[in-house]
Amino acid sequence: MTGYFQDYITVAVFAGFGALLVAVTIGASALLRPKNPTPTKSQSYECGIDPVGGGWSQTHVRYYIFALLFLIFDVEAVFIFPWAVQLEALGVFALVEMVVFIAILLAGLVYAVRKGVLEWES
Amino acid sequence: MIAVLDNFWALLGLKVLAATGVILTVALVIIFAELKISAHMQSRVGPYFAGGRYGWAQPLADAVKFLQKEDLVPRDADRPVFKMAPMVVLAGTLAVFVIVPFSPDLVVRNLDLGVFYALAAGSIGTVGVLMAGWSSANKYSLMGGLRAAAQLIAYELPLVLAVVGVVIASGTMSMVGIVEAQAEPFFHLGDTAIRLPYVFQGQIVGFAIFMIAMLAELSRTPFDMPIAESELVMGYLTEYSGIRFTMFFLGEYAGIVAMSAIASTLFLGGYYFPGLDSATFGPVVLLAKIGLLAFVMIWFRWTFPRFREDQLQSIAWRWLVPLSLVNIAVTATFKVVF
Repeated sequence: MTGYFQDYITVAVFAGFGALLVAVTIGASALLRPKNPTPTKSQSYECGIDPVGGGWSQTHVRYYIFALLFLIFDVEAVFIFPWAVQLEALGVFALVEMVVFIAILLAGLVYAVRKGVLEWES
Repeated sequence: MIAVLDNFWALLGLKVLAATGVILTVALVIIFAELKISAHMQSRVGPYFAGGRYGWAQPLADAVKFLQKEDLVPRDADRPVFKMAPMVVLAGTLAVFVIVPFSPDLVVRNLDLGVFYALAAGSIGTVGVLMAGWSSANKYSLMGGLRAAAQLIAYELPLVLAVVGVVIASGTMSMVGIVEAQAEPFFHLGDTAIRLPYVFQGQIVGFAIFMIAMLAELSRTPFDMPIAESELVMGYLTEYSGIRFTMFFLGEYAGIVAMSAIASTLFLGGYYFPGLDSATFGPVVLLAKIGLLAFVMIWFRWTFPRFREDQLQSIAWRWLVPLSLVNIAVTATFKVVF
């Protein structure tokens, strides 16, 4: 087995063990805890009064636009890492290129802020 | 004994158990430290009786108590998602420790992509939180989950971009490589080589941004809006009870350990301390640095009031993202020119 696959297997085993740990602990707790559900107990919690409407009520997700902004910058972040590692070898040319790239993205951010994306009073 | 360790699977099993043991122990110590430090910051004594002295066994006593509590799942809840949520949180947190180096050799797996992997694995927990918020079918939970998602979106960027400065300075993404780069002499004062961690090598802005974004990712005060007790009861945890709640709680503190470990490795020199042999004292040095950062987080909790939701977005987009981009440009310029 090559080191390449060992890397992936190690990561998978660690993540899997995290899930297993939760499953085992909850399973062990099942031997100790009482189980006596009643209709009242299994109601959704709403500060002691009967729940009004459904739990998945409509919500104004104000940060929808931020998700779009995030996507743009996150792609940029992925792009910037290989550049950062190789910067010393690539020299001044790569530096100027990246500064131009960052400046364009910053201009986009300034535009979004000036458009009032961050103002919440409707 | 040594022959057994040559087998990949045996060694891997040993690593998983050892890493989990260390993480959970440190997490329990931090839980206890938070109880005690919070108490003393408020002129109280805190836990006093459990364990006989100083209440040292309080977190263990809590865990045993939670084990015996009834596990309630709301009738309207999306049951499979509701039950999977704590698993996702803990799986993501444990996965981070694959790349945390405790000494030059004491690292589970020295991935080439180290830093990148750590940041990716570190944000999986938020997916678990969003799952918990959505599946509970509770209005408070839903609001808490959505807030957690918004926080991740806003602060993931400063967190990632702050790290780029360190990657530029060291020229590698491997965690061991980054620590070794900080162990190199920064400059010479006469005959003495001065070795400095990156936080003193011009990455102070990056460190500050990383710390702020880290608090937001971990939902620690002043960014604890996802569980804001005064507004949302307990946010995404409202419907969780007994041992399931404990798993989230443990995951949260394991997350503190994970993020502190990453921050100390990237900015504070990790397992390296001038004058101490890394191979012998590495784990102790790293744990001390993790403890220091955890203490700062507990300190912040009793110092700053909670932000409002739009203030949180405003800080991230107006200040932290532009500042981290400027930090990248300045670091890169220094690297190329000098």
